[in-house]
Amino acid sequence: MSDTHAESVAFVRDTAIPPAPPPNAQAGAIKWVRANLFSTWANAGLTIAAIYVIYLILVAIWPWLTNGVWTAPSLSACREVLQGEVGACFSVLTERWNQLLFGFTYPSDQYWRPGISFLLLFAAIAPVMFFKLPRKLLIITALYPFVAYYLIWGGTILTPIIALLGFVVGYLAYARLVKGNFAAGFFAGIAAAALVWWIGGMIVGVMGPEAPWLEEVPSRDMGGFMLNLILGVTCVSLSIPLGIVLALGRQSNLPLIKGICVVFIEFIRGVPLITLLFVANVVLAYFLPPGTTFDLILRVIIMITMFASAYIAEVIRGGLAALPKGQYEAGDSLGLDYPQAMRLIILPQALKISIPGIVNIAVGLFKDTTLVSVISMFDLVGMIRGPILASTEWNGVYWELFSFAALLFFIVCYGISQYSQWLERQLATGHR
Amino acid sequence: MSTITDPDRGGFRVSQLLSDTRYRAITFQVIAFLLLVAVFYYLGNNLVQNLRAAGLNFSYGFLDEAAGYDVGQALIPYDSQSSNWQAAKVGILNTLLVAVLGCVTATILGVVAGVLRLSKNWIVSRLMAVYVEAFRNVPVLIWILIIYAIMTVVLPAPNAFRGDTPDSTMLMGMFAFTNRGIYIPAPVFNAGSMIVVGVFIASIIAMFAYRAYAKKVLFDTGKLLPTALPSLAILFVPALLIFFILGRPIGLDIPVLSGFNFGGGIKIGAPLIALWFALSVYTGAFIAENVRAGIQAVSEGQTEAAAALGMRPRRIMNLVVLPQAMRVIIPPLISQYLNLTKNSSLAIAVGYADVTATLGGITLNQTGRAIECVLLLMLFYLAISLAISAVMNAYNNSVKLKER
Repeated sequence: MSDTHAESVAFVRDTAIPPAPPPNAQAGAIKWVRANLFSTWANAGLTIAAIYVIYLILVAIWPWLTNGVWTAPSLSACREVLQGEVGACFSVLTERWNQLLFGFTYPSDQYWRPGISFLLLFAAIAPVMFFKLPRKLLIITALYPFVAYYLIWGGTILTPIIALLGFVVGYLAYARLVKGNFAAGFFAGIAAAALVWWIGGMIVGVMGPEAPWLEEVPSRDMGGFMLNLILGVTCVSLSIPLGIVLALGRQSNLPLIKGICVVFIEFIRGVPLITLLFVANVVLAYFLPPGTTFDLILRVIIMITMFASAYIAEVIRGGLAALPKGQYEAGDSLGLDYPQAMRLIILPQALKISIPGIVNIAVGLFKDTTLVSVISMFDLVGMIRGPILASTEWNGVYWELFSFAALLFFIVCYGISQYSQWLERQLATGHR
Repeated sequence: MSTITDPDRGGFRVSQLLSDTRYRAITFQVIAFLLLVAVFYYLGNNLVQNLRAAGLNFSYGFLDEAAGYDVGQALIPYDSQSSNWQAAKVGILNTLLVAVLGCVTATILGVVAGVLRLSKNWIVSRLMAVYVEAFRNVPVLIWILIIYAIMTVVLPAPNAFRGDTPDSTMLMGMFAFTNRGIYIPAPVFNAGSMIVVGVFIASIIAMFAYRAYAKKVLFDTGKLLPTALPSLAILFVPALLIFFILGRPIGLDIPVLSGFNFGGGIKIGAPLIALWFALSVYTGAFIAENVRAGIQAVSEGQTEAAAALGMRPRRIMNLVVLPQAMRVIIPPLISQYLNLTKNSSLAIAVGYADVTATLGGITLNQTGRAIECVLLLMLFYLAISLAISAVMNAYNNSVKLKER
């Protein structure tokens, strides 16, 4: 027990002393710099080397950027303006932006059509990307392919309408029969859709309007960054369902089906995309019925979709394998058959785990769409290497064009990968 | 009592093929098999008809015919009279060359960038983040073209090295950076050089033997023998001694300007440099991410436990963190090697004579044998991929945590 009492001592402090500020060297910017940049001799050396590298890069790029010429009809005019100084010739971008974005044969009075499709893409993709948006917005996503097709290709409006009608009829048939048996619903849906398309094809053949509302643009006129976006968006969205089927097939315990899927996936993953594009360009025609002519863009879409689906199948297989076995057994013990268990229990969880992986594949695929320039399609890189660098006005403007292309791809790919990281954080709840 | 299987109602009915789990698997596989056969028959039939209509047949006879074109860089003897098969072999060797070179430099770049990205130094880690993001998010084709443009536009022509006051000079008098490629000195093996090479190989073996001995001493007695300096000494001292005793049997063939171009030395063509460098920095960015993920995957507790045992930071890294991180890093690393090898097919964009450019490019266009060429090309890449994945599986099995 203490003998000290409050009444018997001279002074008792009843409030805390206000904290003294830390010494100057231990606070604020100085502390941060010392802790992060100059903590050891090696660290200080690294810092100085890094600053020197940044300085070198800035010195090289800064005058080039700030002296940039934005209005000049050709490279020689550009050099006259610069008069020997270092400077970029950005006027190639202001002169040829339309070719870089849309290719050089897309009719210039129709640029608004791909433009609107591009804007609508955000509306269509938003409900897929952000789960908190109302689910009814998915209708926009479902309608988007038909609207975008009509806007970009034009021609008779009956084509997209009949395509859409086929999907609607197919879905109705599926929804009616799926309660009884998934296989019955699935095949009835396909049959109904095929019937509608067959009849519709005949109708279009008979009564295509003479003057369509939107001028028809043939596929070979697609080019520029638009072609990259078309290929990227189409192939990724087509390859996800195909990838799911392949992943399920690879997990299947039917040896033949498993074998087919394994051979397909391993074959596609073992060869470079360029060889598949060669197949699309020169080989595929040999395997089609004699006399059929096939759009190059369609052939390329088929091959890139196959390519992407093999990779996506592997990602989804990882998701399927990551699910605890109890989930499969729980589905069985509830008496669900295979399609029900997959649709209601397994796939929703497996896909959720695989989304970041799928997004990574999508980014890689979008970058790989530049490879079509090798088979002489005029995508963004193809436009730069072909018509623009070969023209007399702009022969020799490498850095401006390549930086522009790199910047466009960087914006899209970096944006998607940031989204992917955000999504991983969102989905991290409940696991681990 | 309940039964798990369907009760046997005697006899076999056709509907059981769909409704009975015992038969359904067979039904589905038979249907799949028939569909597969039908698809292959359809495609094969079309192929036969198309080939007949075009007056072609499926044969590899064209491989023995003269190729009739030149390639920029060949590791084996080749001229335009060589066969198409020789051209394909040149291409295969060139693909393997750029793949091996690229894998080595990409690993070095990637490991350095990955470790530096985890550095506590703010500027360095930011700089590495910028490097990784910039290269990961831009197509490799664009990087190849940019670096090729640097090689051919920025570097001086061989002409610039001419005269008494040339515009450009050779680096250390040995290396010439020109827009046709980089010229480096070539080693010349004179009489007796084999002895030097033999001694060097023996030193390599001796170095590993010494390290094994040091490890044994450490495990047996707990004594720590120095390894770093003795290893270097064993590696270089004997070979250098023999080299000078024998009167420098290995010389250098330094490139010199003759006529309009450099002669002598080894020429590394601009396309090879562009492809090699671009593939290295691109794949290096991916490897950096793998290395970072691998190091971060080792839990903090391991570092703390090692520190509690009294280990020094460098020893913690070498003996505790890295061996565990390797198990996480190696599989994605090998798949990056695979990606690099497949991406090397972009050589066709800068005119490097790899197998895609010779067999799948010029030979295909000249002979018109599209199916044969593309098939051969795919088989080559498939063989490489399967070989690399076999290595990966063997490694995975060897480092797998042994569970008992």
